[in-house]
Amino acid sequence: MAVATLTQSGGHHALRFFLLRTTQFIAVLATTLLGLVAVTFFIGRIVPIDPVIAIVGDRAPAHVYARVRQELGLDLPMIQQFWIYLKKAISGDFGNSVLTTNPVMTDIINVFPATLELATLGTIIGALIGIPLGVLAAVKRGSLIDQFVRVLGLIGYSVPIFWLGLMALLLFYAKLGWVEGPGRLDVTYSYMYTPVTGIVLIDTLMQGQMDAFWNAVSHVMLPACLLGYFSLAYISRMTRSFMLNELAQEYVIAARVKGLSEFRVIWRHALRNASVPLITVIALSYANLLEGSVLTETIFAWPGLGQYITNSLQNADMNAVLGGTLVIGAAFVILNLVSDLLYRLLDPRTR
Amino acid sequence: MTGAAPLVQPTGLRAWLLSPEPASRWQARLGRLYLGWRTFTKNPLAVFGLGIVLLLLLVALFAGFLAPYSPVAGGDLRTLRLLPPSAEHWFGTDDQARDIYSRVIYGSRITLWVVLLVSVIATPIGLLVGTVAGYVGGWVDTVLMRLTDIFLAFPRLVLALAFVAALGPGIENAIIAIAITSWPPYARIARAETLMIRNSDFIAAVKLQGASTPRIIMGHVVPLCISSLIVRVTLDMAGIILTAAGLGFLGLGAQPPMPEWGAMVATGRNYLIDQWWVAAMPGLAIFVVSLGFNLLGDGLRDVLDPKAAK
Amino acid sequence: MKQLPKFIMSAAMVTAMATSFSAVQAATPPDTLVQAWQIDDITSLDPAEIFEFSNSEIAGNTYERLINYDPKDVSKIYGEVAESWTVSPDGKTFTFKIRQGKKFASGNPLTAEDVVFSFQRAVLLDKSPAFIIGQFGLTKDNVKDKIKQTGPFEVTMELDKPYAPTFVLYCMTSTVASVVDKKLALQNEKDGDFGYNWLKTHYAGSGPFAIRDWKANEVVVLERNPNSEKKTGLARVIYRHIKETATQRLLLEKGDVDIARNLNPEELAAVAKNPEIKVENGPKGTVYYLGLNQKNPNLSKPEVREALKWLVDYSAIADTIMKNKGEVHQAFLPKGFLGAINDNPYKLDVAKAKELLAKAGLKDGFSVTMDTRSTPEITGIAQAIQTTFAQAGVKVEIIPGDSKQTLTKYRARQHDIYIGNWGADYQDPNTNADTFAANDDNSDNAKAKPLAWRNAWDPGPLTAKTRAAVLERDAGKRAEMYRELQKDVLKDGPYVTFLQQIEVIASRKNVEGVVIGPSFDMNSVVQAKKN
Repeated sequence: MAVATLTQSGGHHALRFFLLRTTQFIAVLATTLLGLVAVTFFIGRIVPIDPVIAIVGDRAPAHVYARVRQELGLDLPMIQQFWIYLKKAISGDFGNSVLTTNPVMTDIINVFPATLELATLGTIIGALIGIPLGVLAAVKRGSLIDQFVRVLGLIGYSVPIFWLGLMALLLFYAKLGWVEGPGRLDVTYSYMYTPVTGIVLIDTLMQGQMDAFWNAVSHVMLPACLLGYFSLAYISRMTRSFMLNELAQEYVIAARVKGLSEFRVIWRHALRNASVPLITVIALSYANLLEGSVLTETIFAWPGLGQYITNSLQNADMNAVLGGTLVIGAAFVILNLVSDLLYRLLDPRTR
Repeated sequence: MTGAAPLVQPTGLRAWLLSPEPASRWQARLGRLYLGWRTFTKNPLAVFGLGIVLLLLLVALFAGFLAPYSPVAGGDLRTLRLLPPSAEHWFGTDDQARDIYSRVIYGSRITLWVVLLVSVIATPIGLLVGTVAGYVGGWVDTVLMRLTDIFLAFPRLVLALAFVAALGPGIENAIIAIAITSWPPYARIARAETLMIRNSDFIAAVKLQGASTPRIIMGHVVPLCISSLIVRVTLDMAGIILTAAGLGFLGLGAQPPMPEWGAMVATGRNYLIDQWWVAAMPGLAIFVVSLGFNLLGDGLRDVLDPKAAK
Repeated sequence: MKQLPKFIMSAAMVTAMATSFSAVQAATPPDTLVQAWQIDDITSLDPAEIFEFSNSEIAGNTYERLINYDPKDVSKIYGEVAESWTVSPDGKTFTFKIRQGKKFASGNPLTAEDVVFSFQRAVLLDKSPAFIIGQFGLTKDNVKDKIKQTGPFEVTMELDKPYAPTFVLYCMTSTVASVVDKKLALQNEKDGDFGYNWLKTHYAGSGPFAIRDWKANEVVVLERNPNSEKKTGLARVIYRHIKETATQRLLLEKGDVDIARNLNPEELAAVAKNPEIKVENGPKGTVYYLGLNQKNPNLSKPEVREALKWLVDYSAIADTIMKNKGEVHQAFLPKGFLGAINDNPYKLDVAKAKELLAKAGLKDGFSVTMDTRSTPEITGIAQAIQTTFAQAGVKVEIIPGDSKQTLTKYRARQHDIYIGNWGADYQDPNTNADTFAANDDNSDNAKAKPLAWRNAWDPGPLTAKTRAAVLERDAGKRAEMYRELQKDVLKDGPYVTFLQQIEVIASRKNVEGVVIGPSFDMNSVVQAKKN
């Protein structure tokens, strides 16, 4: 349907609009990313950590220390250091992680699929449950189910994610044993498949390793449901508000007068129109889950970007912290802008 | 839906407050306040939220009377360590043989302190940036808003993490980091409000009288932006509490032995399975308080910003 | 629309998830030992660079060193790669005979050439542990002359001074003295790095196990080395990085791992009740101490230093917070080292401490900060000490930080009190005497930064005594010298040493033969098996 609306209006106009949007999009993206780099550079300079010790360790003799200090070139003027940092950042070089000794970018590419897997599942769960709940709440406004959705949402906004995660782990893993615990896969299964996409669920399924697949499912369930809940809280609330908006429109009344079934009116017509802003909301919630993953991954020992950042943080591995921050920031910016762009493209009213 | 309640002929104070022809500015203001209060009290959840927040204030104020033990001094390690909840220790004791109930009570002060300081630091920054950008316009607007967008672009917790990592752990630095990440939405709101006010007649009138730009911003634009900002800040308070607790949980907030709730959950994590109360109790406290702020914020929004209440 | 299949699949998965609520009870394979351990300290697998706990242990199981010692009796030194050795009459030349018929995991034969290469390479690469063999007067410029191959299976080493032979030999037992496969390393050499950049993440050794895989912060996999004459009990050993101790415990209880390495005292107490699990321990060469910066005018008063030593509840800490993880120990040499003394004279005595503080003119106590690494263990101890210090009016403010932050401050001498631990670099007493009791230059821009320097303490005559002890060739006399050094430091030094580390391993009942050695490179899984 998205494509349909686009081609309906005059081709020439649409193209010009599209080009304008794209240039604007790139300009905004570029300045924002430059800003992100500047902020992380600034943070990196005020850290009260001796970067040399971070590399050579505590017990290194004096001459080793001196040599490494020289190698790092910490004596250059600040502006020159920023220039170098910027050039490197643009080419994806954030330096090496002290913790893993790999280039930070390599590490990030390795861990990112895990985060993507978790955040995607979380968003899917949130959308699959959140949208129907939101619709129901809007249709039966003021009813018990409406109150329920509201309370569910409020709890989602109020509960500390790390605490809920711990309690869920305590209950469902330690006490009840319903799901597998922290980590992505039992060690036994770790070598039964070859990583291709880096997303365990897909890799194991493609390679027909069903035992490993079910093990992975059992591992991902708890953290995905947890993130899904936070996503659900947001999505159901927004769906409710969009649906209320739509249900008050004249076309809904007209459809009812025409004698269309209530089911059809709600699910086919109203929801279809509400779906345009909903896409934006889902994109935003996706971006939020990237952030939520920082604490969730720490609790569930999920080897994703969030855990990478907190690990590095606790070991004062600043290259990794700043690289990771920059990547999450960039993903956040892009998701935001894309959702904005989508909204403008899909919604005829904003044209 | 705001003032639609059927009015019985009011008398006395109520009549004075609801008078359709207020005799003074004060009467009008109080009247509006009263109307708002009536709308607010119709929402039981909002009142419940207000109750929680008031309770938090009282607990923080009277922590000294309410807490039976010291929140920081450790007890006898051999006999009082990691005791389950009992009559002597309502919430049990932690790994340093401290009474968790007393620590949760005193922890309310830290929470309140964080929320207050962050609001006090972030609101004026956002207000100033937003009003100046909105009123002056042109390249100033572009630069300021781009700056705002850059800060807005970072996920809040991640940016706060990076800042605390740089500044070093500690409650003051956590507050600064959260404040740095909190102001951008306020700036946006303030700018939006300013854009509406900027072209209004009364600003034009003040301008004609020869008032300077800073004077107009400070004297006329800022006061008009405040009410919508207050709603937003209240709505944000739960988020601030959660971010602070998250930082504390990661060991980047308050330093030991301060009874900061997030840090207490982090300690409890080491004893999760057999001594669940160490993590459960402070976590519950965070939950209740941020729920309170959320309910209150929701109610306030219904009163002050009926458009968005749907 | 490339996203579509993925989406459909994910949707299918979600429905599938709802039906898979029963978690499978997974046991580890019978020929594989799975350990849960915090292995995020690994930054390199090159023996010339390995200096942390986990990679030392891994090197100990995968590389062979020139000399080794019996983990149950440290004084029993034997040749591992070396068959025998002789010392010249002037005590300055060591000649090692290399065992014949050894092979590396690659299949290459192990000869004197590899030994010479490994030692020269360690000195030339000059990474952190290089000083352990460099301290005998070996430098980048002279190492090619001082360490020489004198036959296909013979190596000689020339020292600058006639050091105590045990000192030299103990240094040859450390990880940096591991023998590296020269041919394989040079095949992977780049820009004259002796294969360093390759070996950081790869393996070229001759030990009973070979390193198959290392994923930073995730896993290390060892596999039986078919070319080794020592036959291992297991085909595979997997170290899984599990940061959370509670998680380690759950994995152990469920049988998902065979061994958990970092359980805290409460978790150990809980798993000890489980009939499927056993707990074993052994002392390690690491001591926990407070460093008192002598630049702080209060801490520099001798009465204050002594008072603080009376203000720690040693036994309560060892019995509760550090139960099973540490035992009371107050001298700088850990139990098991030559000359170590173990008569712990201090205990919690608030009255005595108050008296001493009054004598120092600090009747009402004073305020002081303590830089504390934010690990649960160190933070826990710091808070317990904070409580007892407060009983005599010493108000401690804890400043948390990660290890690098606290170390940066410590090494800049900007702390008041630093709480930390110190692990011996090699099994000779000089390793700790050199850092606790000697300080050649106490000025701010000194080159060497031993613990004495970091706490701005000038040990006076103790420095010379430390230097003399390392040249004393009579073992009895040498032991006595270290005893005296420890007593002097115990009395007047700026350290409140309070614990010696104990390493605890909780394992499934069917695991046998895991050896807990006195140092991490002596923790062995070579004889481990599963019943």
